[in-house]
Amino acid sequence: MMNTLGLHPPASSAWLRGRRFAWTVTDSLAIARRILVRIFRSPEELAASTSTPIIFVLLFRYVFGGAINVGHTGYANYLMAGIFVQTVAITSLAAGTGVAQDLHSGLIDRFRSLPIARSAVISGRVVATLVRNVFTLVIVAAVGVVVGFRPEGGAGAWVAALGLLLLFGFAISWVGVTVGLLVRNLEAVQNVTMTLIFPLTFLSSAFVPTQTMPGLLRIFVAHQPMTQVVDAVRALVLAYPVGPGAWLAAAWSLAIVAAFAPIAVYAYGRATTR
Amino acid sequence: MQFDNVNSSIKEKESGRTGGMEMTDSRPAIRVEALEKTYGKTRALRGLDLTVDEGTIVGVLGPNGAGKTTMVRILATLLRPDAGRAEVAGFDVVAQPDQVRTRIGLTGQYAAVDELLTGRENLELVAKLSHLARAQARRRATQLLERFDLVEATSQPAGTYSGGMRRRLDLAASLVAAPSILFLDEPTTGLDPRSRLAMWEVIRELVAEGTTVLLTTQYLEEADRLADRIAVMDGGQVIASGTAEALKARVGGERLELSIAPGSDLQPALRAAQPFGRGPAQIDKDAGRLTLPIAGGAALLPSIVRGLDAAGVHLADLAVRQPTLDDVFLALTGQATTDHTGEEAA
Repeated sequence: MMNTLGLHPPASSAWLRGRRFAWTVTDSLAIARRILVRIFRSPEELAASTSTPIIFVLLFRYVFGGAINVGHTGYANYLMAGIFVQTVAITSLAAGTGVAQDLHSGLIDRFRSLPIARSAVISGRVVATLVRNVFTLVIVAAVGVVVGFRPEGGAGAWVAALGLLLLFGFAISWVGVTVGLLVRNLEAVQNVTMTLIFPLTFLSSAFVPTQTMPGLLRIFVAHQPMTQVVDAVRALVLAYPVGPGAWLAAAWSLAIVAAFAPIAVYAYGRATTR
Repeated sequence: MQFDNVNSSIKEKESGRTGGMEMTDSRPAIRVEALEKTYGKTRALRGLDLTVDEGTIVGVLGPNGAGKTTMVRILATLLRPDAGRAEVAGFDVVAQPDQVRTRIGLTGQYAAVDELLTGRENLELVAKLSHLARAQARRRATQLLERFDLVEATSQPAGTYSGGMRRRLDLAASLVAAPSILFLDEPTTGLDPRSRLAMWEVIRELVAEGTTVLLTTQYLEEADRLADRIAVMDGGQVIASGTAEALKARVGGERLELSIAPGSDLQPALRAAQPFGRGPAQIDKDAGRLTLPIAGGAALLPSIVRGLDAAGVHLADLAVRQPTLDDVFLALTGQATTDHTGEEAA
């Protein structure tokens, strides 16, 4: 005697295959929605992603900024492009903490025991991270305006800058998810995240012009992806000539996705079948 | 919906029960054959065999590390076996996992609910991921919240729930899609005695409605009270299975347990009681306790007492008791269950 209650249509294998694509989208969105609801339930999660950039804004604007010569714009204007990229990086890497939490709590096991699309657990997390980035960027931009950020780019340039930032965030969220799945232990994930974030932001054009850096370091800084994104966003919001830099920044982001998405998928399989 | 056909389900179940283990016409809900799983150097499962008939509840009893959770994870399609076969609802867990997933519910050792979502949101999320229509999802959530006594906590985050409430929400979540087969992996571990009794009640109701349940537990009492059949697991294998009564009969029938002052000489008591025994006595001199398998039960007690009295034995305690599953476990594995003290306390 089967407990058939009419909740499901008859689930033949062919029918399941046919539905799979639609489910990949709806399942991912359902999981993304769940993660986003958390933003409003637990505002401290947003605070955790925005507190570091805000401290940096205050620190650099009022403590170091006066001593940094950035040429013809105010330091607040120069700084904010770097802060935006830092915000996106921190928010996106936090995707790894979320994944580690869900692995630990057994939620991922629950999801996997349901007939959901395999990829939904990860893609839902990535989609939710994209939306979180919009929230954290708005908060940090508002703080920027308070300390004197007066952007000059037009609406089109702003849209392009936001697009670049979100694309970079999308790329870094794959890095975050990969770290979360490979490391798994919550505290260790946070440590790895911190160890990634600080060298990459300081060794970039986020806070200071790179011209004064010594030879080898300057070569690294000039070519690492964060600098590309910072320079492109800065040019867009300050109405500088952008040049091919924006395309280079976008290409870097896509390359990061191409490198990390397969690793994340592999790590997901490994983390969930032990 | 599930709760409308309670009566007919109960009838079917009772007729199934009378057939007992000879029931051959129905397909087993779970069939496991020679299942193997190794993690690194640890062989978690070594040739596990198990069959669970539809509409019955099988209790898998074993200490930590026996392989219970590994087995459940394989059956719930969370883990791939290295060798052997496992079928759930007639579908192979490796070849047809999606078919299996539409028919099972899983409640693990830790309540897998999102603690920032409310009780209702948690259930509706599971409903959505089970691909129920929105109205259906809402109805189902309401139904389950009422059934599991969570109505007052409906719109509170699950993080504010007590341990018992979280487990009930977790169990409710595993029932959202009305699965015909339910896996309960140590569903009452860590619960206080009252919550445990409430959980048992719910599990009994589910089985009465026709759900097949595979329950793992470290608690002998839990298996004894709930399960139609018990499989004792140790070292990645089922080492014995059958009804609780059959398993108890395997270690022999009733036993006489007598105590005198600890440290006193048990020899006079042994000489007086031995003629009534049907096997060698066990003597624990430090505790002043003697245990003797007997045939004839309480009817023998007067004669035994007279014999002991004549031998001048001063009794501290005397009882005839049924073997417990603890005795079974001890006899089968040579070790007491790891969680014995916890069980006594509960």
